[in-house]
Order: sequence, then C-alpha cells, then structure tokens
Amino acid sequence: MTRKGRRLVLISSALGVLAIAAGLVLFALNDTIVFFRSPSEIATEHTAPGTRLRIGGLVKDGSVVKSDNVHVRFAITDGGAEVEVAYVGILPDLFREGQGVIAEGRLTGPMSFAADSVLAKHDEKYMPREVVDALKKQGVWQEGANGAPVKASQGSSVQ
Amino acid sequence: MNPEIGHYALVLALAVALLQTVLPIWGARTNDDALMRVGPSLALAFCGFVALSFAVLVTAYVQSDFSVLNVVENSHSMKPLLFKITGTWGNHEGSMLLWALVLAIFGGTVALFGGNLPARLKANVLGVQGSIGVAFTAFLLLTSNPFTRVIPAPAEGHDLNPVLQDIGLAIHPPLLYLGYVGFSVTFSFAVAALIDGRIDAAWARWVRPWALGAWGFLTLGIAMGSYWAYYELGWGGWWFWDPVENASLMPWLAGTALIHSAVVMEKRDALKVWTVLLAVLAFSLSLLGTFLVRSGVLTSVHAFATDPTRGVFILAILIFFIGGSLTLFAARAGSLRQGGIFAPISREGALVLNNLLLTAAAAAVFVGTLYPLALEAVTGEKITVGPPYFNLTVGALMLPVTFAMPFGPLLAWKRGDLAGAAQRLMLAFFLGLVAAGVAAYAQGGGPALTPIGIGLAAFVVLGAVVDVAERAGIGRVPAATAFARFRGLPRAAHGAALAHAGVGICLLGIVAETSWNSETIIGAKVGDRFPVGGYELTLARLEPRTGPNYRELVGVFDISRGGASVGSIESSKRLFTARNMPTTEAGIRTFGFSQLYVSLGDELPGGGLAIRAYWKPLVTLIWIGAIIMALGGVFSLSDRRLRVGAPKPARKAVPAAKPVAAE
Repeated sequence: MTRKGRRLVLISSALGVLAIAAGLVLFALNDTIVFFRSPSEIATEHTAPGTRLRIGGLVKDGSVVKSDNVHVRFAITDGGAEVEVAYVGILPDLFREGQGVIAEGRLTGPMSFAADSVLAKHDEKYMPREVVDALKKQGVWQEGANGAPVKASQGSSVQ
Repeated sequence: MNPEIGHYALVLALAVALLQTVLPIWGARTNDDALMRVGPSLALAFCGFVALSFAVLVTAYVQSDFSVLNVVENSHSMKPLLFKITGTWGNHEGSMLLWALVLAIFGGTVALFGGNLPARLKANVLGVQGSIGVAFTAFLLLTSNPFTRVIPAPAEGHDLNPVLQDIGLAIHPPLLYLGYVGFSVTFSFAVAALIDGRIDAAWARWVRPWALGAWGFLTLGIAMGSYWAYYELGWGGWWFWDPVENASLMPWLAGTALIHSAVVMEKRDALKVWTVLLAVLAFSLSLLGTFLVRSGVLTSVHAFATDPTRGVFILAILIFFIGGSLTLFAARAGSLRQGGIFAPISREGALVLNNLLLTAAAAAVFVGTLYPLALEAVTGEKITVGPPYFNLTVGALMLPVTFAMPFGPLLAWKRGDLAGAAQRLMLAFFLGLVAAGVAAYAQGGGPALTPIGIGLAAFVVLGAVVDVAERAGIGRVPAATAFARFRGLPRAAHGAALAHAGVGICLLGIVAETSWNSETIIGAKVGDRFPVGGYELTLARLEPRTGPNYRELVGVFDISRGGASVGSIESSKRLFTARNMPTTEAGIRTFGFSQLYVSLGDELPGGGLAIRAYWKPLVTLIWIGAIIMALGGVFSLSDRRLRVGAPKPARKAVPAAKPVAAE
C-alpha cells in the first residue's frame, strides 16, 4: 500500500470512529436526559404521566408519612404548588421537613410522583441549586434564611 | 508558626514563579546559557516557598489556631489529630494550596532529575511550569487566601464536614492531585516542544515516564475516591457518573491514550503531532476538572464554597492555558516532521485504534458532563444527564477497545499478522467462551450482556498471560530457557501485560457486581432475621457509643450461612455534635472477593430500624484491578530504557541504550 493509501485508511477509520461516537452521543442524549421541574411548573404545564423527571423544592412541614417498613410518602412544595411523592427505600441522612430536596422518578398522576431516588443535602449549609432557583421564582427564598445561600450536593439512594 | 509567614512565603513563591516563567524562556530564545541555567534554581526555590507555606497551614490546623479563618471554618479542637492534618485540604483554600504544592514538587523534580535534558528544552519546560505556578499562586493570593485572620479569634471551630472525617481524605485528594498535576509536566514538555518547533523520539522517551507516573497516580486516585464513596456514603454504589467523577475520568482517558501513543512515537517516530496534542489535552482536561469542581458551577460534595470571582479567575486560567496551548499547537504542529509509516494492521495501527476509541470515550464523557451546563446557560432549561447516557456511550466505545486489547501486543511493528495473533489467542478466546457459558448457565436467563462481559474479562486477563508467555517462548523452548527469557523481558512488557490484566480484573468486578448484586431493604427490630444473597443477618443488638466528636448508634448483626455462624458486622449511624449532622457508617465484611454491606437508616414508627443490606459479588475486584493497572505503570516506569533516558546528569543522553530483548 502506498503512503497515501495508508493515510487514507487511517483518516477514514478515524472519521468512522468519530461518526459512530457522535451518533452514539446524540442517540443517548435524546433518550436519557431528565428534565428538572418545580411543583408550580408541573401544575401549570400538565406534563404527561409517566414522564421521567427531577422535581425539587422543600419537603412540606408535617407531610412525611412513614409506614412501618420503608415506604415513605411526603410532599414537595415550592410555595406555589405541591407534589405528592411516594418513595421506597432509605432516605438520605439529611432529609428533613422544611429542607430542600430533589426527587427523581416518574409522574404517576397530575400532581403525584413515584421517586426512585431522593437527593438531599450533604451538609446543613447546602441547598440544591435547582431548588433555590425554583424557590426564588416563587418568591419564597430568602437570602441566608435556610442557612447561607446555596450549593447543593447529593445524598441519596442511588440504585 | 505565625500564619503571616505562610502568607509571605506564598507571595515570595509568586514572585519566584514570575521569574521562572520569564528568564529561562528568554534565555532559550536568546541562546543565553546563564539565563537558561537559573531555571532549576528558581523551580527549587518555588518548591521550597510553597512547601513552607503549606507547612505553616498544616501547623495552624494541628495547633487549632482559631485566629485563622480557614481553621475556624473547617476544624475543631476535639477532632482526632489525623483529621486535623487532613482537614488542611478538606476545604477550598487548603486544597488549592495542596494543588500548588504538588505542582511545585513536580517542577522541583524536573529541575533535579532533568540533568540530561537538552538545555533549551529544559529551560522551556521549566518556564511553562513556572507560568502554571504563577496562575495558581495568584489565584490563591487573590481569591482564596488560606491565611486570612479573624479578630477576635473564636474559642472553637465549626468542625470539618463529617463526611470528610475519614482516612479517605488523607489518601484520595493527594493521589488525585499527583495525577492531575503530573500531567502538567507532560503539558510543559509539549508546549516547550511547540515553542521550539522541534520534537523527536528522544522527547517521547523523556515524556513517557511522566505520563506513566501521572497516569498511575490518577488511576489510584480515582479508585480510592470510588472506594471511599462506596463505604462512606452508605448507598453501596461505587460509581455515580457524577460530574466530579467525570472530571477525573476525562484526563484519565486522555492520559491512557497518551501513554500508548508515546510508545509509538518513541519506537517508531510516528504519531508525533497526535502525541503532543494528547499531552496538551490531558492537562487541559485536568484543569477543566479543577475548574468544574472548584468554581461551584457544579453542585456536589466536592464544591466547598461558591464565590463568583473564583469561578471567573479559574475560567481565565483555563482559557489562557487551553486556548494558548491549542493556538500554539495550531501554529506549530504543521512544522513538526512526521516519520515512520505503517500498515493499518500493525502494532501502531492497534495503538491508533486504542487512541481513537479512548479519545472518543473522553469526548462522550465531556459532552455528557458539559451539555447540561451549556443548555442551562443558553436556554435556562435544567436537565440531568444520568448514568444511562454514560453507560451506553462509554460502554459501547470501551467494548471494542477491551476486545482488541489482547491483540495489540501480539502484532508486530510496521506490519502485523492478525491471523497469527488470532491463532495465538485461540486458547484464551476459547476459555473466555467457556467462562461466558458458565456465567450464562449460572445466572439462567437475564441480560446477555453479563456473560459477554464475563467472557471478555476472562479473555483480556488470559490474553495478557498469553502475551507474556509468547514472549518468553513458554512451550516452545525448554522451561529453564523460557524462565530466563521471562525474567529478561523488558520491564515495560511485564508492565503492559500487568496493566492489561488489571483492566480485565476490573471489568470482571464491574460486571459481576452490576449484574448479580442483591439488595434487601427492610425494617427490623432487635432479634429479627433476614436473608441477603445467600447469607442470613440477625440484628443482634443496638448499642449507643460515644466517639471523640460524635455520638453513634451501632447495630451489631450476626452473619450466618446455612445455619452456621460466620462472624458479625457492625454498622452505625453517627451524629457529629459540632455541626449536628448525621452520617452513615456502613458495615462491610469481605468474603473472598465479595462483600456484605449493611447500612442503617432512620428509626421507624413501629420501633424498628430501616436497614439496607447488600450482597456485592466480586466487588473488590474493581479496585484490585485498578491497583494492578497502576502496578503495571510502576513496572513500566522501572524499565531500564526509561531510567537510562532520565536521571543521571553525568551520562549525556546515551542514545536509546535499548535492552537486547526490546520488542
């Protein structure tokens, strides 16, 4: 094979790999990204049940119900609307009423949600950034009120 | 020691770094020997000042000097000594100072051991290292001064985040930084070569040990981080595709490509431009990782504090180094002479394939990590790119790399014999098929990917054995000769085989754990018994205990298998009093390579305790595999060829004193 021919093989295989990788990335992105919604957005947008979402807000005071094994129900609120969440599993260490939380899972009804993972804060100072933005939109957020502004982190049951 | 001494030392370090950036490069341009020769002294002085500064901060932590803001925010007088020391880098300012320290140590090492580098190359390398030093010391002094005082000094500190109060903090960040910053040396070499417009096989021989060392440390750092997350967070996961993990995986993938392409360059004088580009990319991705983690654009446990000026500063550093080096690359790459032609089926060809797929995987991780940030910046839409994306893209790209791995070393340089290589791998392939068959039979039904993964892992490990056996001539020559040949193989050959076997072992652990782990979530009271993956756990008792700075509730579980007791396991829930913050301390017990993992949840209304228990088959192989990979790197590093290339100043660059048996 000539030098030119070899270079051609090299370049075409490089382009081939690149094309495959780009295709994979686009396909996977299309299929697997999860959108974040606040309770108010869910209330106004009428998202179809079954859609995979992350929702975030504060755990509503007095809403946490634990049955005697590990089924938990609680409500996430952003001051404008609230979503009922059902979850099976162990909650993160810093999951508390009145604190910021993010749940990932599927909508089961207009305002109900089955979570398969729940993320809370790692540290009492932190608040998930998405949650802060959602609360700011609803005018509930006070700078410095929930422990200084912002910065989240996860703590969760990732299965 | 007085904290101001540390601050002052840092200012001096910045001044020295400025000189180190300007003088040697200027000397190299004007051919001024004297100017070029100040490089090493300045690099050592920089190292000394940063080390002094770091030592002062550590002392402030050890002595609980609460007049220093950083100590107040991250320490507590009751904290055990080890965590006082490691707490030094368990926060933004301290960890950036550690970054600078590692950088300074690497620069000092180049100065000390680079005796036989050509003077111009050495001057340029130290100059580029100096410029990185300027950027990071200026960043520390202007936005993240760890020595800020508080007046009046409070009586007690706020304590360190309890999640970080662990031996992992002593090991993971330093190893990771040795890896990240290690690539700064290969970066400096690449930029120096571009400044000079000259590059040859000898360049690759100088660069390869640095790339190997950085890669080995990064491998260990990532593995340690993974194990730490596994036992500390209490969810039993070892890899979450968290952006921060991705930030360390990207330079690892680029670095893996680099250590392979540097071989081609050294042996065959080919792929020069590509190798330089990879050296630039590996460090650029390390910087990007630092930016993502430290600037606060990502929200994770690693982001200690958010301050917009810091983000902007790091972004400026990022743009300067990545933009600058890539511009230089674009301007100069054309002038680097290409050499060494090869057929597509050859060792070089195999390494090119490896490089293509590894960089494509790095690009896929890059897109998945940054796409949500870009989308939010542009449209305001918040999305998450989760594990399914990464599993699909990285999995699909790594599968062919892994399958091709045993073939590569069996192909000859220039023109390889694929059929011959396949023939020699027949037995390994057959045994891989058997392993896949056994796995398929054992799991009965289930996803086909599992037996494929198990078979592939076995094929890779056996392929590495075949590689070494073939080189030693086992089976073809008398045993004694074969053994002698085996011992006489270049260390790099042993290293490569070992690292490849490590990949197979790691893969085996990943596949087995992912496919066959079993989870039990249950509410239990004292005396309750429940099954987990072939074992039975009994919650024997719950006992409250008190530690130095926490209280804990310990659950003691008896483990039995088939009615016979096989030991016990302790798992606890801790409450750190200073921050009033709970943590979960998982109880882990290892059986062979598998582990039983128990973590405690909240107390339940009925009086029981939520308990999460896992059986994790072969899970430890994931980290053992990574350690074996790094060990392969160490073996390669000890290769005579590389040592001859590097340290002794007396011997002036013995041109490639290759061992006779070199491949």
